Amino acid sequence: MTPLPDALVAGVPAGAGWLVAAIAWPVIALLLVIAGGERLAARVGVLALPIGLAIAAAVALGVAGSGELVYHVGGWAPPLGIALRADGLSAAMLLVTAVVAGGAGIYALADFGPPRAGASGRTTLAFWASLLGAWAALNLAFLGNDLFNLYVALELLTFAAVPLVCLDGRAETLKAALRYLLYALVGSVLYLLGAVLLYGAYGTLDLGLLAKAAQPGPATWAAAALMTAGLLAKTALFPLHLWLPPAHAGAPPAASAVLSALVVKGSFFIVLRLWFEALPGLANAAAMQLIGLLGAGAILYGSALALRQTRLKLLVAYSTVAQIGYLFLVFPLAFDAAAGRLVAGAALTGGLLQAVSHALAKAAMFMSAGLIAVTLGHDRIAGLAGLARARPTSLLAFALAGVSLVGLPPSGGFAAKWLLLSAAVATGQWWWAVVIVLGGLLTGAYLVLVLMRALEEPATAAAPLQPIAAWREAAPLTLALLAVFMGLAGVMP
Amino acid sequence: MNPATLFGLCGAALVGIGLYGLLTDPRLLRKIIAFNLVGSGVFLLFGVVARRGAEAGLGGDPVPQALVITGIVVAFSATSLAVALLLRLHDTGGGATLDDAADGDGTDRPQS
Repeated sequence: MTPLPDALVAGVPAGAGWLVAAIAWPVIALLLVIAGGERLAARVGVLALPIGLAIAAAVALGVAGSGELVYHVGGWAPPLGIALRADGLSAAMLLVTAVVAGGAGIYALADFGPPRAGASGRTTLAFWASLLGAWAALNLAFLGNDLFNLYVALELLTFAAVPLVCLDGRAETLKAALRYLLYALVGSVLYLLGAVLLYGAYGTLDLGLLAKAAQPGPATWAAAALMTAGLLAKTALFPLHLWLPPAHAGAPPAASAVLSALVVKGSFFIVLRLWFEALPGLANAAAMQLIGLLGAGAILYGSALALRQTRLKLLVAYSTVAQIGYLFLVFPLAFDAAAGRLVAGAALTGGLLQAVSHALAKAAMFMSAGLIAVTLGHDRIAGLAGLARARPTSLLAFALAGVSLVGLPPSGGFAAKWLLLSAAVATGQWWWAVVIVLGGLLTGAYLVLVLMRALEEPATAAAPLQPIAAWREAAPLTLALLAVFMGLAGVMP
Repeated sequence: MNPATLFGLCGAALVGIGLYGLLTDPRLLRKIIAFNLVGSGVFLLFGVVARRGAEAGLGGDPVPQALVITGIVVAFSATSLAVALLLRLHDTGGGATLDDAADGDGTDRPQS
């Protein structure tokens, strides 16, 4: 047999093995959880969290050192093989995924902890298996460099996220889960259709090779439109957001935290990869403005609906719908009209910061909303009076998370919105600046609404409140503090 | 019209029929079947791409065929998950459609 040419057989650079570990470890942990059964699921699951965080940190250090890590699976370079690639975007998302999954896992030990004698552990097993499956899928989405690899990541993410919605088995949450599954499946089949067209036109699905080969034309346009539409359905961008509020509000608090903070970011990341890596020259002003228009619609509509909600968890879910809109403002703001292509500049950094700080803040919000619901026995906003006296730590975590969502300094949300605003001003697209400011005002409005109610004194004598262990409040508070002080990371030497 | 083009048009028709059923029929089982129709249409298109990209001596490009196999597995898993959820929904008395205004019905009306 003739030996393969060197171009097709690449060596593994030092540090790139961590990419494989980042994807393999959650899968190994998932298999161990299933093998351990209902008795050991929680213990195995919680032990997997710090190891996953260490691997994410190792990838981040590797990227900080060499700028980019590339791993050719099996030693075969594209177009014959597939590549895993970690750049700054991937490293940041890997880290925030590990941190939020860790926080949610620790928080979840109260509801999904080691089973007591005689109690059924099925829901616990389902929770930990789904959490680890979603983590593996997210890591694959952040590291994959091939459009079909990313399709597999999207599907795995959907299959892991859907059970998280209906863990309590009620008809209401089952419907929400089915609605989510159907939206997600339409999204993935449209994505796959676009991938077929791209493969048919260019003979490759590797992002780097597509960047060199892709030319504007009917096939490329149709593929880009289909894939973007499919991914928008999975990311719940307005007007395809209808599945998100019932699904995220109906899930248990730890699951809602993971769903809102991380799962929707996975498909958003793939939209970024598609447009910024594979087809940057395909972008034109009209298409980018259209995506931005949908994002603006999400911000204004989601925030306005959040103001009208009567239940806390639904308010937080509509807030997610709104904050996802900020992510898609990256597209019109990163479009360089003179060059006619998307450039990875301040706007992209702003979008990444928005994704990361929203993940931390939204996870903290859902977790503290869960603690509030456990304390009071309900989550009606009108009935929150007396909460400030009863659960100050949870309310503080909620308020700090809100500070990051509104975009007050020094939070990560402020840094993100500052970058987006300066990009809007620099490119002369002042209308997006108006939308960003309005969104901040509306976010502040619904945050103040909740805080006002919580700071009131109850008119009647307070009903006896459920006690909560102090350590349960540590997870949301930590995440909220991380979100609030993340803006300082940019100014540290 | 060669066979590849004919199969391609057939795949496109399946995608169209499937999307129509997925979007308009309120019954969940019909939506799941319609999703499978769309999937089949996409897989047919993969087959056409494989045929068109065939090298001399090969009947078809092997890469799209591998993608189809993966796609079939994914569609099968998706269908089984959806059917399992549907069965459970029916067992808890929630009916077999998504149109129930009493609980979270996927619109933006304020819910109690």
